[in-house]
Amino acid sequence: MLIESIFDGKSEMTEGSAKKCPVVLMTRIRLARNLSETPFPGWAKLPQRTQVLETCLPAVASLNQMKRGITAEVEELSDLEKQILVERHLISRELSGAPEKAGVVISKDQSVSVMINEEDHLRIQVIKSGYRFKQAWNSANVVDSTLEDELDYAFSSRIGFLTACPTNVGTGMRASAMMHLPALVISNQMEKVVRAVNQLGIAVRGLFGEGSDASGSIFQISNQTTLGESEEEIIKRLSSVLKTIIDQEMNAREKILEKDPNKLFDKIGRAYGILQNSHLLSSSECMNLASLVRFGVDLEMFSEETRNTVDRMFIECQPGHIQHLAGKSIDTNERDAFRSEYLRKQFENVERPVFTMDNSEKREDSSEADSSKGEKE
Amino acid sequence: MAKPLKCDLCDESATVHLTQILNNQIHKIDLCESCAESKGITDPNGYSLADLLVKPGEESEGMTEVLDSFEECPECGYTQKEFKKTGRLGCEHCYETFGPLLSSALAGMHRGDKHKGKVPERAVERKSFEDRLSTLESDLEEAIQKEHYEEAARYRDQILELKKAKKAEETA
Repeated sequence: MLIESIFDGKSEMTEGSAKKCPVVLMTRIRLARNLSETPFPGWAKLPQRTQVLETCLPAVASLNQMKRGITAEVEELSDLEKQILVERHLISRELSGAPEKAGVVISKDQSVSVMINEEDHLRIQVIKSGYRFKQAWNSANVVDSTLEDELDYAFSSRIGFLTACPTNVGTGMRASAMMHLPALVISNQMEKVVRAVNQLGIAVRGLFGEGSDASGSIFQISNQTTLGESEEEIIKRLSSVLKTIIDQEMNAREKILEKDPNKLFDKIGRAYGILQNSHLLSSSECMNLASLVRFGVDLEMFSEETRNTVDRMFIECQPGHIQHLAGKSIDTNERDAFRSEYLRKQFENVERPVFTMDNSEKREDSSEADSSKGEKE
Repeated sequence: MAKPLKCDLCDESATVHLTQILNNQIHKIDLCESCAESKGITDPNGYSLADLLVKPGEESEGMTEVLDSFEECPECGYTQKEFKKTGRLGCEHCYETFGPLLSSALAGMHRGDKHKGKVPERAVERKSFEDRLSTLESDLEEAIQKEHYEEAARYRDQILELKKAKKAEETA
């Protein structure tokens, strides 16, 4: 029943089509908060964890933003449900493995989720599709202030919000952007970018955070420091780094098109062919193919609608989603077969890509316009 | 011939010598094998952020800090050893308990050591209420001890007023 409401509802991740942009898939703000006079979840005893959950769950569920949303204790969720929530970035892996008395509240549009008894008592998260830090921060800020009316936060005027891990102390804020960087990956420049960005106190991770790989050329880029700057300053600094990465990606795209367009057209054409005709597809291969098609959309080889299909596939080709679509628990081989069948259907009516240099030139102009538009945030 | 070094924590002869450069200063620690092991220094994976926290400062200062590391948080019983293992703290008061160790680390970890972001109004109000209340209460006690009963009555009224105002605010 929980799963159905997640699938039936429109989600910010899969449907936020109005605000699509070529490089930034989505932006996210996460705030870590703790209740005063209660040990942090990792050190709290069961009765204390229980009390935190019983205090926070109703307070969060009664928020305006959570009207007709989903409220659940992690223990009530099946493994598949937890996996699907992780794949949608609505809960963390840590929460899905939380020992006991952990909970989550998710808004109807799946853009706001609040985890309870994760690493901190409260983890408030807002996801927005595209490049929209300001909206994400405003919305998280409102949720946070409303909750603060009900709950007593652990706060020090000197070092800010007190968190279980000292790396989050201060604002408790992690701002991150999911970036699609196929040209930097194809031209082997990602390592260089990661190194440069790390030196600026900005972290680069794979799609599912720490330790995950970057299949589909999708990277999560976030601030590493939380103390000594205001939320706005952190976002501003992160945005200027993102802007540079977008420029680098756009330059890399231009260079590839200039030097060896056939190599790129070949990759995109093959991806289209495989998605329409394959009979076995692993999730990571699927991510990489979808990534190439999305690149193709940016180059106006495919229609803009195809972008939505692709963005949906980034989520729906994950193992948990595939099992739900199949209606039963199936092993890896069956999953790969089912996944390819599902994708054949999704791409059946996608029109063949148009490969002309004309398009690519036109694209260069529009992409420049797009990237500068994206930065105004 | 050089005298064999003694362990900084016990009197055994030291066989583990750790030199670390932190904030452009060299810090040396000599430990016997069992102390080194119990501090996690011989563990190749043990160099977490928390490891760095246990050994900052001058050499002598560093030592008191190593010894301090056996202390635990009076509020929640969290130990420095636990912190070393997980990199996380037990409760909000751990920030004070392990404060001296944390403060230099925080500055290195972040872009400063002062909070410049959002201030939760309620937490701050509560704090100022508590501070004000505890000042008045100690004033009251002092006045009673000195048998300044007029003064004491005034403090008592102020406390009642403060509590009443707080209550009215909460129910509003």
